[in-house]
Amino acid sequence: MTAAAAFFYLFAAITVASGFMVIASRNPVSSVLFLILAFVNAAGLFVLMGAEFLAMILVVVYVGAVAVLFLFVVMMLDVDFAELRQGFQEYLPVGGLIGAVFLVELLLVVGSWAIDPGLVQAPLATAPSGEQMTNTRALGLVLYTNYFFFFQVAGLILLVAMIGAIVLTLRDRPGVKRQDIAVQNARTQDMAVELRKVPNRQGVEV
Amino acid sequence: MNAAQIVMPALGPALPELILTVGVLVLILYGAFKGERSAEGVTVGALIVLIVALFAVASQPLSAKITTLNGSFIVDGFARVMKALVLLGSIAALLLARDLFERERIARFEYPILIVLSSIGMLIMVSANDLIGLYLGLELQSLAAYVIASFHRDDVRSTEAGLKYFVLGALSSGMLLYGASLVYGFTGHVSFPGIVTALRETQVGLGVVLGIVFVAAGVAFKLAAVPFHMWTPDVYEGAPTPVTAFFASAPKMAAMAMAVRVFVGAFPGVIDEWRQIIVFVAIASMALGSFAAIGQRNIKRLMAYSSIANVGYALIGLAAGTQEGVRGVVVYMAVYLAMTLGAFAVILGLRRGNRMFDTIDDLSGLSRTHPWLAFCLAAMMFSLAGIPPLAGFFAKFYVFAAAIQAGLVALAVIGVVTSVIGSYYYLRIVKVMYFDEAQPAYEPLAPGLRIVLAVSSVVVILLGIVPAPLVSIAGTAARSLF
Repeated sequence: MTAAAAFFYLFAAITVASGFMVIASRNPVSSVLFLILAFVNAAGLFVLMGAEFLAMILVVVYVGAVAVLFLFVVMMLDVDFAELRQGFQEYLPVGGLIGAVFLVELLLVVGSWAIDPGLVQAPLATAPSGEQMTNTRALGLVLYTNYFFFFQVAGLILLVAMIGAIVLTLRDRPGVKRQDIAVQNARTQDMAVELRKVPNRQGVEV
Repeated sequence: MNAAQIVMPALGPALPELILTVGVLVLILYGAFKGERSAEGVTVGALIVLIVALFAVASQPLSAKITTLNGSFIVDGFARVMKALVLLGSIAALLLARDLFERERIARFEYPILIVLSSIGMLIMVSANDLIGLYLGLELQSLAAYVIASFHRDDVRSTEAGLKYFVLGALSSGMLLYGASLVYGFTGHVSFPGIVTALRETQVGLGVVLGIVFVAAGVAFKLAAVPFHMWTPDVYEGAPTPVTAFFASAPKMAAMAMAVRVFVGAFPGVIDEWRQIIVFVAIASMALGSFAAIGQRNIKRLMAYSSIANVGYALIGLAAGTQEGVRGVVVYMAVYLAMTLGAFAVILGLRRGNRMFDTIDDLSGLSRTHPWLAFCLAAMMFSLAGIPPLAGFFAKFYVFAAAIQAGLVALAVIGVVTSVIGSYYYLRIVKVMYFDEAQPAYEPLAPGLRIVLAVSSVVVILLGIVPAPLVSIAGTAARSLF
């Protein structure tokens, strides 16, 4: 057994196990953490397949953004997962039946799949080997040349998303104390400190 | 591949889009630095940018056909005419909004910016020559539209409209994308000319047909055609009225251009497959638009059903699938743009103090208090009903004629019948205005509304008398697709 195969089984086993734990775990926070573990191991599987760009994107987008968002939502919203699961036993027969029907259908579809023999023999479009061209470089070469138009339009779409989020949610709340660095820096001793003559045994009004 | 081999594509054909993009980025910076009180300046700036882009579109020669940006962007006569219509719709949407937003204290500089960004998306949709460009343009247009639907964010109905539009729009985008992926999978091409060649060489399989069905579903949603119209009345009623006027005008032009571009441009060889879909959608839209509008009391809801019916009529031209049919679609959309914007200018003018009125009863006796307003709205309604000698008659005439030439006589007959049914509620508005008890007078129209109403009334009346210029432009536009 080569090292690659050993790593494959390691990553695959952890992915499946943590995927199971996502649904089995009682605490929603640990569910999300198991989800992150599953993502990271799936990224490892991608690296083994030579798709290092996908692996990095998976870590950056899914672990860095999506899973953290989940974590925020789970921690900020008071969702009682125990209550959500209350009807589980009750609905198990119906749910199980639907699941079984889907499984049978899936098996029928996949079982009747026949791959065109011509397709297997046809020469595959040969991907350049890893030494000459990495995934990221290959994508970059077409993304910023042939497809730069799409890239720019996608950028505009993200700009709209940002403006939209600001338009719909940003409010000026009166009475919020904000730090204004220019004002802070412009403060002088005269503005901050007031010297008063204090008459003996009388004090001053503040 | 080294850097020397990469050739910069010609950007000249995309000049209107570039003007809008650069303009909107400058306006965003101006608005962000100037703060809350920049709404006025940004609106004027956005108007200037849109008008400059309109001139850029108009200055391109009408008959030339250019593809650029690696074949994904096409500029031909059809694209130019539809782009001009889109830009006119956007300009009108800005003019209609100014006064109302200032009074309602929701005048913020993001509104003109989102309109311009949406216009960029629409122009890309009109010029798309492959499925990726089409989808990206569509998303850019829709995403901005979802935001402006809920622009009045303290109003429950406005936020509900935005949410509804967003959820259903995301669903329809998904369907379109699914269809596009099927088409790509079964033809091996994303570009429209590539799809045409691939379909000519091989037999059309079930996969491609399924893909076309899903693409048609996505397109029908954007057009608000039955059976994908459910969002329209609620969104039209809930959104602020100027936004409703925008939704009913510019995006409709772009969506119709997209429909023509996809079906006539990418699937001309499989017309028998998609024609039955379009015929069904057209009949269902005309019937539902005509019958459901009869019971409406709210003018915005009525205009929603009216727009559904009008899309149905325009789709008759597309169902014909011929050069005459596309000419009919272009004429219809141009006239529809003028009629809708004129009608919305009047609806926006119904205000006393800070109260807006939007039911049909509020129009009663308008001819005595505001004779010109009533006259203009009556002209719009007669035109929408398709009564000669107004422009709406010729619009309907050209699509019906194209359908009969293409052998779709039954479709044309159904169109005429629903048109008669639909004229009931259009003419009822005229009756309410001229023969019912007069209401107290409304405030005089704001300048923006005045401009839009005057221009669209002149267009509707003049095009009814001399339709030839529009028809010849539309004919040139249609010829570029065949």
